[in-house]
Amino acid sequence: MSALLEIDDLHVRLPRGADREEALAGVTLSLVPGEILCVVGESGSGKSMLANAIMRLLPAGVEATRGRISLGGRDLLRMSEAEMRRVRGAAIGMIFQEPMTALNPLRRAGDQVAEMFRVHTDFSTRQIRERVLALFAEVRLPDPEAALQAYAHELSGGQRQRVMIAMALALQPAILIADEPTTALDVTTQARILDLIRDIQRRRGMAILFITHDFGVVAEIADRVVVMRAGELVEEGAADRVLNQPQAPYTRALIAAVPPLLPRPPRQAGGAPILSLVGVSKTYRSGGLFSRRLRRVTHAVREVSLDLPKGTTLGIVGESGSGKSTLARCIVRLLDPDGGNILLGDTDLAALSRRAMRRQSRRVQMVFQDPFASLNPRRRAGELVAQGPMLHGMKRDAALAKARDLFALVGLDPSAVDRFPHEFSGGQRQRIGLARALALEPDVLIADEPVSALDVSVQAQVLALLDELRDRLGLSMLFITHDLRVAAKVCDRIAVMKDGALIEVGATADVFRAPQHDYTRALLDAVPGRDWSRRRESAILSAIPAAIPAG
Amino acid sequence: MGKLLRRYLQNPAALLGGVLLLVIIAVALIAPLVFPRDPLSLAGRPLQWPMANPHFWFGTDASGRDIAAQIFYGARVSLLIGLVATSIAIAIGIVIGALAGFYGGYVDEALMRVTEAFQTLPNFLLLLVLVAVFGSDITTVTIAIGFVSWPAPARLTRAEFLTLRNREFVQACRVLGMGDRQIIFREILPNALPPVIVYASVVMAVAILLESALAFLNLSDPNVASWGNLIGSGRGVLRTQWYVSAIPGFAILMTVLAVSLVGQGLNDALNPRLRRTIT
Repeated sequence: MSALLEIDDLHVRLPRGADREEALAGVTLSLVPGEILCVVGESGSGKSMLANAIMRLLPAGVEATRGRISLGGRDLLRMSEAEMRRVRGAAIGMIFQEPMTALNPLRRAGDQVAEMFRVHTDFSTRQIRERVLALFAEVRLPDPEAALQAYAHELSGGQRQRVMIAMALALQPAILIADEPTTALDVTTQARILDLIRDIQRRRGMAILFITHDFGVVAEIADRVVVMRAGELVEEGAADRVLNQPQAPYTRALIAAVPPLLPRPPRQAGGAPILSLVGVSKTYRSGGLFSRRLRRVTHAVREVSLDLPKGTTLGIVGESGSGKSTLARCIVRLLDPDGGNILLGDTDLAALSRRAMRRQSRRVQMVFQDPFASLNPRRRAGELVAQGPMLHGMKRDAALAKARDLFALVGLDPSAVDRFPHEFSGGQRQRIGLARALALEPDVLIADEPVSALDVSVQAQVLALLDELRDRLGLSMLFITHDLRVAAKVCDRIAVMKDGALIEVGATADVFRAPQHDYTRALLDAVPGRDWSRRRESAILSAIPAAIPAG
Repeated sequence: MGKLLRRYLQNPAALLGGVLLLVIIAVALIAPLVFPRDPLSLAGRPLQWPMANPHFWFGTDASGRDIAAQIFYGARVSLLIGLVATSIAIAIGIVIGALAGFYGGYVDEALMRVTEAFQTLPNFLLLLVLVAVFGSDITTVTIAIGFVSWPAPARLTRAEFLTLRNREFVQACRVLGMGDRQIIFREILPNALPPVIVYASVVMAVAILLESALAFLNLSDPNVASWGNLIGSGRGVLRTQWYVSAIPGFAILMTVLAVSLVGQGLNDALNPRLRRTIT
């Protein structure tokens, strides 16, 4: 079949002083009608630059220096800006990662889609309205009439992405570019949006260039896969072949870093719980000082009771808004719970005053999600780690010496203590965050989505480190995550939360094998690439007995 | 730090401001060497035009005092008032802004109402009242100028604190068991400081102008050789011997310009990305 879009030896130059010279260094690929081509890579691989180069939406200072991008025999790189405007939207549609920022907050969703028709066609107002309604029905918005009138903030994340897809489809482009369209969404929503994209692609016979970092998503949706690294193509091939028999070492490493959906063998549950939550609740009241009608009460956490046995890891999983992070913040008293007891040994943390909590803080420590935001940019790494012990009475010299030891423990070079946080990579910063929490030798470590901001390969390293430290130091850990693959890899037991309430607790293997609650089942079914993972797992499992000598 | 200096020096306007400021500081430092006599003492015949008498480069004023000597010594007074008043204003502003921004709620409400009360009064009027009540020696004037200039830095600091206080690194410090005072002044403040330092240059320029305005109304300390006093003394002969007021006026213009250019240059050097998008 002849290609719709052909990219030939494309070079895109970055401004001087960037970490490499070219964002894209000689990319050649083609997109044929009726296929979904996934471009996979870690952050900085140049995959989004590729999308921007095709749409000619490169940031200032970045430009295509060599190569061709031909669409129907014409080179997009040499078109005038006016010609390019006719290509965008009409010939190539695009959807973005963040549907909240891609929609104008001051305009109704219907108007924004209608604008596509007003700019590119001469339909009457009524015709446009009918088209928009038809599109909204096609992207399965629950109430298309209501959606016409809705503003972005009145729609959920998934609905916003549906509006964006409707907008991209409006002019029936032959090509759709999707740049991480489901990354900002919850798993269950992600599954539905992926389903929608595949369905529309089949019905319309479009070609889709789908950019993602997630091999699970690739397994769900791709016909063909291109793997990118540092601006170059590493591997290209049919999805099945690349996923199951990757050739390039880099692809193999990436795929090996994806945690399998295989629950870890449970450790010996160490008897007495070290941390017990009894009926912990947290409600938010908002708005309406004068009018009772406007006052809203949100139950962020409802009556949660949980035990964390000593020396084990308990995973708390749930989608955004499930209250899992609020619960974690209540335990370290960043938030004050409204009710319930948080028993650490025989101390009730929930009942302590601020001052008393400060003294107890060394017993329960937290690792934060964002390795860029959680370290003070103006302090040296060693100081950041030494801060905790110094606050609790250790001498400066001793604390700094301890920081060096901890650096070694978390796999960082001890001589790096004098550097500032911005001189470390994301994964290294997360190690600093971990060293910082461990510096106080806490009884309980709370990890709030500690790997969700990291690339898969880095994620695998940090998870392995957490595992190793837990075994070596006998840590008890509360691990908060939205990612069931990660939960399967590190947690002995799993608690599932939804709308602030705890709906299921059990050993990881049991929850994965026989989920008790419908919602848990839905979550498990929504994990992208689960069929692919299952095949990989059975391969792993069948490989194990073969490796053990008989007898 | 080296990078910051390099970015600063690449900016021609900032470089010019820096050089001007250095010249003014040099003038202030060498004043006693060039003019060993008291600048306010009688030096010669009154109202001589500049260069009419080789002894008096800038001529003499209505009381027969050497204008050049007063300009040189005046640089000391203006810089001193600028520095001290700015330090006072920034110190008050940072403390109030930091507390309001960090604690929010009632504390913020109360402190911001006080700030607004200060802002609704024109600060020169307030300054006049303060000088009228407490007298007009140079210390009082300087403190009074500092005292009327703090609301703007306070609001700026508060805005910075409002965005910084919810950052994860602040929560991380809380979890370590750090007390509020340490979080505010050791952790958040260094991150909030750059825009406040840049704004200090505006405060300093305004402080110098405020003192000149006071002096022009004969309300500043008559016993120091300030540029404002000199302009004030030239007021009576403004139409005939305009140079008596014009020369110190030009000195003030240059000083304020220098301070503003330095401030702008610091701003560009501290926020390089902002600058690139504008140009």
